Amino acid sequence: MAGLSVFQKIWNDHIVANEGDRFLIYIDRHLVHEVTSPIAFRSLRERGLTVRRSDLTLATVDHNVPTTDRAKPIDDKLSAQQIEALRVNAKSNNLPLLDYQSPLQGIVHVVGPELGFVLPGVTVACGDSHTSTNGALGALGFGVGTSEIEMVLATQSLWLRKPATMLVEIRGSLRSGVTPKDVALNFIGRVGVGGCIGYAVEYGGPLVEQLSVEERMTLANLTTEAGGRTGIVSPDEKSIEFVYGKPYAPQGEEWDRAVNYWKTLKSDGDAEYDKSVDIGVSDLEPQVTWGTDPSMVCGVSERIPNPERFRDHQQRRKAEKALEYMGLKPGTRIDEINVDAVFIGSCTNARLGDLIQAARVVVGRRVSPRVKAIVVPGSQLVKRRAERLGLHRVFIEAGFEWRNSGCSLCLGMNSDRLAAGTRCVSTSNRNFENRQGFGVRTHLTSPIMAAAAALEGRFIDARELSLGNVGIGG
Amino acid sequence: MDKITKVTGVALPFAYDNVDTDQIIPAEYLKITRREGLGRHLFNNWRYLENGEPNPNFILNDQRYRNACILVAGRNFGIGSSREHAVWALADYGFKAIIAASFGDIFYENAAKNGLVCVILDDKELDTVRRAALNQPLELEVDVERLLISYSGMELRFKMDQATQNRLLTGLDDIEYTLKFYSHKIHEYEAKKPAFLGPRKVDLEGLEKAFE
Repeated sequence: MAGLSVFQKIWNDHIVANEGDRFLIYIDRHLVHEVTSPIAFRSLRERGLTVRRSDLTLATVDHNVPTTDRAKPIDDKLSAQQIEALRVNAKSNNLPLLDYQSPLQGIVHVVGPELGFVLPGVTVACGDSHTSTNGALGALGFGVGTSEIEMVLATQSLWLRKPATMLVEIRGSLRSGVTPKDVALNFIGRVGVGGCIGYAVEYGGPLVEQLSVEERMTLANLTTEAGGRTGIVSPDEKSIEFVYGKPYAPQGEEWDRAVNYWKTLKSDGDAEYDKSVDIGVSDLEPQVTWGTDPSMVCGVSERIPNPERFRDHQQRRKAEKALEYMGLKPGTRIDEINVDAVFIGSCTNARLGDLIQAARVVVGRRVSPRVKAIVVPGSQLVKRRAERLGLHRVFIEAGFEWRNSGCSLCLGMNSDRLAAGTRCVSTSNRNFENRQGFGVRTHLTSPIMAAAAALEGRFIDARELSLGNVGIGG
Repeated sequence: MDKITKVTGVALPFAYDNVDTDQIIPAEYLKITRREGLGRHLFNNWRYLENGEPNPNFILNDQRYRNACILVAGRNFGIGSSREHAVWALADYGFKAIIAASFGDIFYENAAKNGLVCVILDDKELDTVRRAALNQPLELEVDVERLLISYSGMELRFKMDQATQNRLLTGLDDIEYTLKFYSHKIHEYEAKKPAFLGPRKVDLEGLEKAFE
C-alpha cells in the first residue's frame, strides 16, 4: 500500500463521519475576525445557539482597523460598529478577543501561529481565504465563507469535499535577493490563478526544508492565489521549534507527546499525489506583477508583455484590459516604471523576517520624495519585536511611516486606501482592480523589492543595492 | 434554504475570465452586518461610472438583459477573497445560477450554501452557450435533478458532485442537519482527542499585561 502525504494523514485524523463524497471534518482551531463574522453570530443567536467550543476559538480585529494612533477613537462608523459587534459576540460567547488596543492584536494569520494557537497537525478554519498560511506549520487551514463560520461556531466541524492532492517540489537554491515571494509569484504565473483549484497543495523538496517557517508562510499563504483549497508543508524540526514555548502551545509531558505525534505526520516517501509539479528556481530573479491578478507577473529585468503574445483569446483580452487599467504600455521595461506609494505589510509579508529584510535595504537611505511609504507590521508583537531591533528607527529615519498592525492596504477596508491613479508597490497578495482604493494600480513584490522601489521612486532590482546591518545593539 | 430543482430564465453573457470576488463586491461593502441589499453594489466598480451613473458599456446595464437570472461567465469565476458577500450580492441582484468553466473553491461552497447553482461546462461548451446568449437574450434552463442545460432545442449535460447536488435538491440546512444526526459522532470524536493538541488554557489578560 502506498504511503500517505501529510495532508492525507491530517485529513484522516479529523474525519468525524462521511456521506458519500462529503466528509464531516473536525475543526481544531477557529480564528474569527470582525468583518466576516457578525452575520454568522447573528444567525447563530437566531437559532438559539451559542459557540460550541469557545476554548478552540480565538478572535481578533484586523480587516478594517485603522493603523494610526490606537489611543484615538475609530472615525469610520461602520468599522467601529463591526468591531463593537465582535466585542459583544466575543463577550456573550466567552471567546478570547485580541482587541483593538491589545498588545497581541494583529492579522489573524499572523497571530494564530505567533501565539501557538495554531500547531502542527491541527485543522484550522477562518473566514478568510489566506487561512492556508497556517499550512507552513504543518496545519491544515481552510478559508471559509460566513455560512461555514456559523457551521464551525455551532458544530466545531465542516462538511468538506476531499480536495485532490498536488505536490509542488521546489528544486535548486535561491540567488541572494530572491525570496519565497518570488517563487510563489512565479509559480502562480506558470499555473495561473485557477491552476490549483480543487487541490490541497503540498510544498516539498530541499529548498522548502531550508526555508524558515516564516518564509514557508509566504509560500503557503499564496496558495490561495493559484486557486488552491489549502497549502501545507510537512512538519519538521523547524516548525516544532517555532511553536515551542508559545503561550497556547503544550508544555511538559504534553509537549513531548505532541512532538512524537507531529513527527509521524511528515509525508511518507512513497506517498501518492493526484498531481506532481517540479519547479526549478535557481535562475529565478525578483518578480513584479504588471497586471490585475497575481498570475500577470514577470522578472524585474523583463518588459511589460505584449498582449498579442497570448494565443488564448480570453487571456489576450484580459491582458489588454489589465494594461489599460494599470496605465502601462507593452514593451516598457519594469525599471522604467515610476511608483507613487509603497506598502510593506499583510499576512503574506509582514512578519519579523520580512521587516528585517526590508530594513537592510533601507538602512542609511532615504525614501524618494515622490513616494508615500508605509510599514504595517503583521501584528503588534511583530511591531514590538521589530522595535527592539531598532527597525522602526531605520524605517522612520528613511521616511517611511511606521504603523500599527492590521490588514490595511492589502484590501483597502480602512482609511489607508490610496487615491485613484496611484501606483503602489505592495508586499501583499492581490493586485486586483480597485483593491487598494478605486483606480489604484497595484504591483506585488517581495519586501526587499518594495523597499528598493520606495527609495528609488521606480522599480529597480533590489540586488543592485548593498545591504546594511540592522538590529545589532538596536 | 429553498429546494432547487430547476432554474429557468434569461442568460447574461459575461465576457471575462478570472473574475475575482473583489470585483463582484468591493471590500467597502463588507462593512455591513446584514446580508440583504447587496445586489445594488454587485460589480459596483464596473457597473457605475465615477459620478455614480450606470456605465452604459457594462452588460448589466444593457436593458435587454435586465431580467437575466443566469450568468454565463468564463474560467475561474469567483476566485480570491472568501467573502460570502459575493454570493449574497449575486443572489440579491436576482441571479439564480452561474455557468462557468471553473469556480474558485470557496466561492463554489458559499454558492451552494445559498442555493446559487454553479454549473461547470468545458471551455468549448461554455463558448457555445455564451455565443448563443450574446446574439440575443437567451431563455435557458438549468435542471439540477437531471444535470442538464437546455436552450433553443439544445441540450448539454454537466457534472456536479453529489454532495452539492443533494444540498441544492434537498435545501437542507447543514447546521440543523449536523446537530440532529451527528452530534453524538462529534462528541465521540472529541472524547478521543488527545489533550496535547490543546490549546493550553491561557490567561489572556495576564498575557496581555506582560506585553504592555
